[in-house]
Amino acid sequence: MTTLSASPTAADPSVQTPPVTAAQAPAAAAGAAAAQQQSLTFAKALTLAMADSMAADDTVVIFGEDVGVLGGVFRITDGLTKRFGRERCFDTPLAESGIVGMAVGMAMNGMKPVVEMQFDAFAYPAFEQVVSHVAKMANRTKGKVRLPMVIRIPYAGGIGGVEHHCDSSEAYYVHTPGLTVLAPSTAADAYLMLRDAISSPDPVVFLEPKKLYFARENVDIDALRAAFESTAAATSIGRAVIAREGTDATLIAYGPSVPTALAAADAAAAEGRSLQVIDVRSLVPFDDETVCSAVRRTGRAVVIAEAPGFASVAAEIVARVQERCFHSLAAPLRRVTGFDIPYPAPKLEQHYLPGVDRILDVVDELQWEDQ
Amino acid sequence: MNQLSIPVLTDELMLPSLQPVRLIDETGTAAAGRTSKENYPLPEEQTLLRGYAQLVTGRRVNDQASALVRQGRMAVYPSSHGQEACQVAAAMCLADGDWLFPTYRDTVAVMARGVDPVQVMELLRGSWHSGYDPYEHNVATQSTPLATQLLHAVGVAHAAKLRGQDTVVLALCGDGASSEGDFHEALNFAAVFHLPVVFFVQNNEYAISVPLSQQSVAPSLAHKAIGYGMPGERVDGNDLAALLAVLGNVVQRARGGGGPSLVEAHTYRMQSHTNADDASRYRTEDEVRAWEPRDPLLRLRSYLLAANLLTDAEEGRIAADAEAVATVLRDGLNAEVTVDPQDLFRFVYSTPTPQLIEQAQLLAEELSREGATS
Repeated sequence: MTTLSASPTAADPSVQTPPVTAAQAPAAAAGAAAAQQQSLTFAKALTLAMADSMAADDTVVIFGEDVGVLGGVFRITDGLTKRFGRERCFDTPLAESGIVGMAVGMAMNGMKPVVEMQFDAFAYPAFEQVVSHVAKMANRTKGKVRLPMVIRIPYAGGIGGVEHHCDSSEAYYVHTPGLTVLAPSTAADAYLMLRDAISSPDPVVFLEPKKLYFARENVDIDALRAAFESTAAATSIGRAVIAREGTDATLIAYGPSVPTALAAADAAAAEGRSLQVIDVRSLVPFDDETVCSAVRRTGRAVVIAEAPGFASVAAEIVARVQERCFHSLAAPLRRVTGFDIPYPAPKLEQHYLPGVDRILDVVDELQWEDQ
Repeated sequence: MNQLSIPVLTDELMLPSLQPVRLIDETGTAAAGRTSKENYPLPEEQTLLRGYAQLVTGRRVNDQASALVRQGRMAVYPSSHGQEACQVAAAMCLADGDWLFPTYRDTVAVMARGVDPVQVMELLRGSWHSGYDPYEHNVATQSTPLATQLLHAVGVAHAAKLRGQDTVVLALCGDGASSEGDFHEALNFAAVFHLPVVFFVQNNEYAISVPLSQQSVAPSLAHKAIGYGMPGERVDGNDLAALLAVLGNVVQRARGGGGPSLVEAHTYRMQSHTNADDASRYRTEDEVRAWEPRDPLLRLRSYLLAANLLTDAEEGRIAADAEAVATVLRDGLNAEVTVDPQDLFRFVYSTPTPQLIEQAQLLAEELSREGATS
C-alpha cells in the first residue's frame, strides 16, 4: 500500500503551524506529485472529506448538534448545509443517543449517516446505542443488516478545555467488537481516513484530536483525491504508517500523541539517538504486522498515549508486541500515558499530558547499558 | 405558528380521549367508537374474522412456546398471552412496505407479519441473536434493550422521507420502556422531523415486577404525546376491533404526511415476565383473575358468534391453522439445531480482521483436536 500520510516534524507540538513533509504521491497519482501543495488545516481536511463524500454519494448525510448553519462548534461541517441543503446536513435536537439511534435506522434504510458528537465526554449518552446496536447489528443479523455509519468524535486534551471536554475515550470503543476505531494525526490522513470511514460498510468511530484541528500542513489535495478514488478498498483502515524512520527505538503513538512523539524523536536526534515513530492511526483493526516488524528492527519501544494507562489501548499494544516480539526485544516495552486520574483542569493539564521530556526519560531507561 | 399563543384546539387534538377507545365490549357487544375528536368505525367483518384467526394462532404460539421452554427446547420465552390483540393489530395495520420494530415480547406480531416461526425463535432458543432477515418482511430484530429500537424506527422513517418512500414505521414498546431516555428522544426526534412513525405502547401494567403506578404519574402514557407535539390516543388493548381502528387511523395519518402519533393500549400481561419470573411475588391471583373475562379472544369470538360470522366449520379451520403453526414450532424446535462455531467470527466485520482470523483458526484447531480424540 502506498503511504499517503504526511508526517509533521514539528519540534513542538503546541506550535500550530508545524513544517510538514510532502504528502507522498501514490503511484496512481504520480503525475500529480509535483502539483499543487496547499496549506490546509486538519479541520478543513475533514470538511473537504465530507464534502467530497457527499458529492460522490447522495446517501451520505451529516447531522448532529450545531452542525447545520453554524457549521459545528469546531466548524468541521462549515458550509455543508449551504452547499448540499438542509436535508443532507442538519441540526438535531440536543440528544446524543437520539442522534446515534436515528443514524442506526437511517443506515438500515439505505443512508450513510455521518454524525458528530460535540465532545468526547458528551458522546457518553449514546453509549448504549453504540455498544448494543451500532457495534452488534451486523453480527446479530448474520450480516443481513450492515450499518455503514460514522460517529465523529472531537477528542482528547491539550486545548485548555474545562471538565468533560478533553476525555480520551478510545478504550471504551476499541473494547467493543464490531466497531472500527480510527484516530488520524495529520491533515492528509484526516481527509483520507474520513473518506475511507464513510465508504466502509462497517460502523466507524472516528476520533479527531481537537488539539490538531487547526494545525496546518501542506497537502496536495488533488493527489489525495486521486489516491482515494484509485483504490477500491479502504486503504487506511487496519494500516499503521511509519511517520519517521529511526533505528535505535520505536515510539508507537496515535492521534494527538503522534506530533508529541515526533517532537521527542527530533529532540533525541539532537542528542544522537535515532527514534522511529509509528502512527498507529487505525486502533481497530490493529496493524500488528507493521508495528511488530518495526519493533523487531529496533528491539526497543515506548507506547505513547494521552489516555490513562490502566487497561488502555497503550496497555494492549504493549501486551501484543511483547507476545509477538519477545525474542527481538532488548528491553521491556514501556508506556508513557496519562495518569490514572480524571482529566485535569486546564491549569494542570501540562502535568498530565505525555510530553517530550517524559518520553525521553523513559527512552533513556530502555536498558541501553546492556548493549 | 406563533409560539406565544397556542390555539386552544391544539390541546384537544393532541390529548387522548378520556376513556380508552373501545368498539367491542367485554360481553362481545359492539360499543360506540365515538370520542370527542374521532368517530372510529367498526372494521369490516372479514377483517375481524381474519384478525380472530390470527388471535387464535397467536395464543397457540404463546402457549406452545411456553411449553417448549418447560421442555428445555428454548432458553426463555416472554409470553404475550393476553396481549394478542395488540400483537395482531400491530401487524395487520401495516402495508407490505411498512416497517415493524418489535421487542422481545412481540414474537406473535413478528410472526403475524409473515416471518418464519422457527427463524423467529432463534433468539429465544439460543442458537443466534436473531434468526430472520429483517429486510424480508421489513421487521427489525427483536430488541431486548428497552426503547432503543424506537430510535431505529425513527431513523428508518427519516431515511424513507428523504428517499421519498411511502413507508410507515410502527414501533412497539411497553409501559416500562416509556421511562427510558430513548423513549423521550425517539418521540421528540420523530415530532421535530415530522416523520411517519407510530409509537405503540402496550401498557400491560407491569415492567417485570414494577407496576405502572411506579413508572409514571402522568394522567396516561398517551398524554405524554402532547409534550412532543404529536397526537396521543388510548385504546382498549384487548379489543382487536378498536385497535385496528385506532392504529389504522394513525397509520393513515402518518402515510399522508401527518407525522407521528403515540398510541397507548391498555392490556395486561397474564403470565409472568418470563418462565424465570414468579409473578406471585408482586401481584395477587385476584388481580389476574379480574382480567380473565377481558380476554381478547373471548370477546371477539362472542361478537363474531352473535353476528353469525363464525360457524363451527370456520372455528375448526381456524383451530387447525393455529395447530399447524404450533406443529411447525414444535418440529422446528425439537429438531437439533446445528450451529457453526466459525459463525462466531464471520459477521463481526464485513471483512474479518487479522485478529479475528487468528482467533477463528485457534478455535478451528481446538475443535479439530477434540474431533480427533473423541
